[in-house]
Amino acid sequence: MAEDALTTLAIGLVGGAIRVGTPYLFVSLGECITEKSGRVNLGLEGILVAGAMSGYATAYLTQSAWVGVAGAAAVGLLLGLLHGLVCSLPRVNDIAFGIALMLLGTGLAFFLGKPYIQPQAPQLATLPLGAWLGDPRWASALAINPLFPLGLALTALLHWGFGATRLGLALRLVGDHEGTARALAYPVRRVRVLATAAGGAFAGVGGAYLSLVYPGSWNEGLSSGQGIMAVALVIFARWRPLGCLAAALLFGAAGALGPALQSIGYSAGYHLFNAAPYALTLAIMVTSARPRQTLAGAPGELSLTR
Amino acid sequence: MALEVIGAGKSFGAFRALDEVSLRVTSGTVHALLGENGAGKSTLVKGLIGYQPLDQGQLLLDNREVEIPDPRAAQRLGIGMVYQHFTVAPGLSVAENLLLARGRLPLHIRWPQVRAELAAFMDRAPFQVPLDAPVASLGAGEKQKLEILKQLYLRNRLLILDEPTSVLTVQEADEVLGLVRGMAHAGEISVLLITHKFGEVLGYADEVTVLRRGRRVAHATVAETTVPQMAQWIMGEAAAPAAIDGDAPIRSRSPPSDETRLVVENLSAHDDRGLPRVHEVSFGVRGGEILGLAGIAGNGQKELIEVLCGQREASDGAVRVDGAPYHATRAQMRRHRVFALPEEPLFKGCVGALSVAENLALRSFDCPPIRRAGGLISFAALRAQGRARIAAFGVRPPDATRPIATLSGGNVQRAVLARELSEPVNVLIVANPTFGLDFRAVADIHARLLAARDAGAAVLVASDDLDELLTLADRVLVIAGGCIAHETTAAAADRAEIGRHMAAGH
Repeated sequence: MAEDALTTLAIGLVGGAIRVGTPYLFVSLGECITEKSGRVNLGLEGILVAGAMSGYATAYLTQSAWVGVAGAAAVGLLLGLLHGLVCSLPRVNDIAFGIALMLLGTGLAFFLGKPYIQPQAPQLATLPLGAWLGDPRWASALAINPLFPLGLALTALLHWGFGATRLGLALRLVGDHEGTARALAYPVRRVRVLATAAGGAFAGVGGAYLSLVYPGSWNEGLSSGQGIMAVALVIFARWRPLGCLAAALLFGAAGALGPALQSIGYSAGYHLFNAAPYALTLAIMVTSARPRQTLAGAPGELSLTR
Repeated sequence: MALEVIGAGKSFGAFRALDEVSLRVTSGTVHALLGENGAGKSTLVKGLIGYQPLDQGQLLLDNREVEIPDPRAAQRLGIGMVYQHFTVAPGLSVAENLLLARGRLPLHIRWPQVRAELAAFMDRAPFQVPLDAPVASLGAGEKQKLEILKQLYLRNRLLILDEPTSVLTVQEADEVLGLVRGMAHAGEISVLLITHKFGEVLGYADEVTVLRRGRRVAHATVAETTVPQMAQWIMGEAAAPAAIDGDAPIRSRSPPSDETRLVVENLSAHDDRGLPRVHEVSFGVRGGEILGLAGIAGNGQKELIEVLCGQREASDGAVRVDGAPYHATRAQMRRHRVFALPEEPLFKGCVGALSVAENLALRSFDCPPIRRAGGLISFAALRAQGRARIAAFGVRPPDATRPIATLSGGNVQRAVLARELSEPVNVLIVANPTFGLDFRAVADIHARLLAARDAGAAVLVASDDLDELLTLADRVLVIAGGCIAHETTAAAADRAEIGRHMAAGH
């Protein structure tokens, strides 16, 4: 019986890692692109919430969940573009503007999203990958949302693209040493604006996941800080897409700890276990950031670590 | 490839930065361009490379008139520049840096093919740098070689080198310039070499042109000129100070005292990555002596100096000043009269946005007369102190209210000297005091350090420039791999032997 409970717990954590980890994956991949260019966008939380709201609203109005995802990506792109352009002005601090954008994004989403709290928008259908196993626990854990395979594909694409494409090399050059990029006549500002805009689009899709897949509705308490934690997650991942994937799954599993324990009948301290991702964030910041040493792998121009 | 400049001129508003300058770089030679900071060297070179086109003048490349309105035009003509500060991305590999320099990359990079091309290029090149190494892991000499390789990879035939050895050790500089001269004399490239160092002109250049205040004041073949002659061209009619002879250090003074003021015992420290960098280093500095600390950059001298200046914590060991334990607290600095000239003074010794007077008061603002009753600050006293120190140390412009970041490098260093040397000094810790400064400022700063020593201070000078240490120091320690590898008196110093010990730890 105890063994059976442990299996249930493990399966619950695997399913949870995917279910809860997918938005982390998208937001952290987006932040990874932005930070590789030498900028930090702390506004991803705002973009995430705005993406959740606009994705839900678009899906409701068009009655198509996929159009909703596209709408969320477009809103994220625009907000990212705003961050990129404003931070290209002289003497604008990217961290300060990121915080402003966080407030702007959530505020706009709450203001414009009021009419969409009640109606039911179409949801993204899940892929029943575990059905053939015949075990209802696996069937439920592996009923995977279609955005997760998309995230896996994007992870692989970024991993390959950073090393083997013109765009990837230019992005890393601009983020690593601005003086060299200028001397070689690479368009530093344009690369950073585009990288921030692309990062915003990723965060927008992460938001659409929250409202169209899991939990799967639009309300003001939808986000639980995934956009902020993605910044810590990217540091933990050492600015590598594959690291982002691993970290997102780890954070997802931590977030699923409370419900998974509850499913095997252990509900004492439910809310305490729900705090696991936040405790994990703190633990990561403490272990990876030491006062007397710089981080290996950090882009050289990043204001966050300089 | 031969380059001829005829009647080059450039104005910034009413200021004539460059006036009727003519210059000819003969094919297959190294042509040195000498002059003080602000003499117009950069303006001329920026015109040749297309960053800032000239107002007047003709440019002839292999006797054909050309126009260079922008950097891309210079690149198309085969003119390339190696800058004073590295323009390589440290987080990327050597291969990636070379590839990025090429520009116009395909959308998808076929690495096996690119790598084979780069390996073939590297085989033909006069010197090699490992292709797969991250640039951050290369030494300064290898980075400078990579800069030159980048130019060769772009098939540039005329190279402009802007103080290419300022970040290199003597050995690395000899090697790099020797290779450059070899390539020039083999007819592969022509070189315009901007430098402050007479030794480099005599050792590696074929011809020399001297600029002063935007005008060409002399041109000669190197074989027919001498150091005093060049110094006089640079300085103008005014007699050159004695210190510029370089070979004749000033040593006429009383011998150092027997008492050891600064003692370092088994000191260890970690670098920014948290790795051990300084290993159980021990030495002492006596009053009235200058101890030179030589070494290739990155061998622990930076961390050691930072510990002594209070900018880094030691991981083990002890520092004593006048016999008492010393942890570089403000109270201890004041009690033992310990002063410091950190390297890159604008970043490590000043607050750039504060005024010169405020920077000059960073050590004294919390003492009378600047501190008044009730913890208030007397800005009148602060400005008065600023004006007095600016006058005493010849900081230019003599304006106490300017932000210090707007001063030139030499004047920032003078201002820091003014702050650190205005009171009696017991122990003075100095790092790379003349990096990037023109030789008038160098002579000035060297004279101040020697004066502090003659007044009885114990002075520790770390410098990447061995010539500077041999000029200033009474004793020289060599640091290699974080350990003291060698010690000698300056009088008995053998450059080859010091060089061997410096290279051993790298």
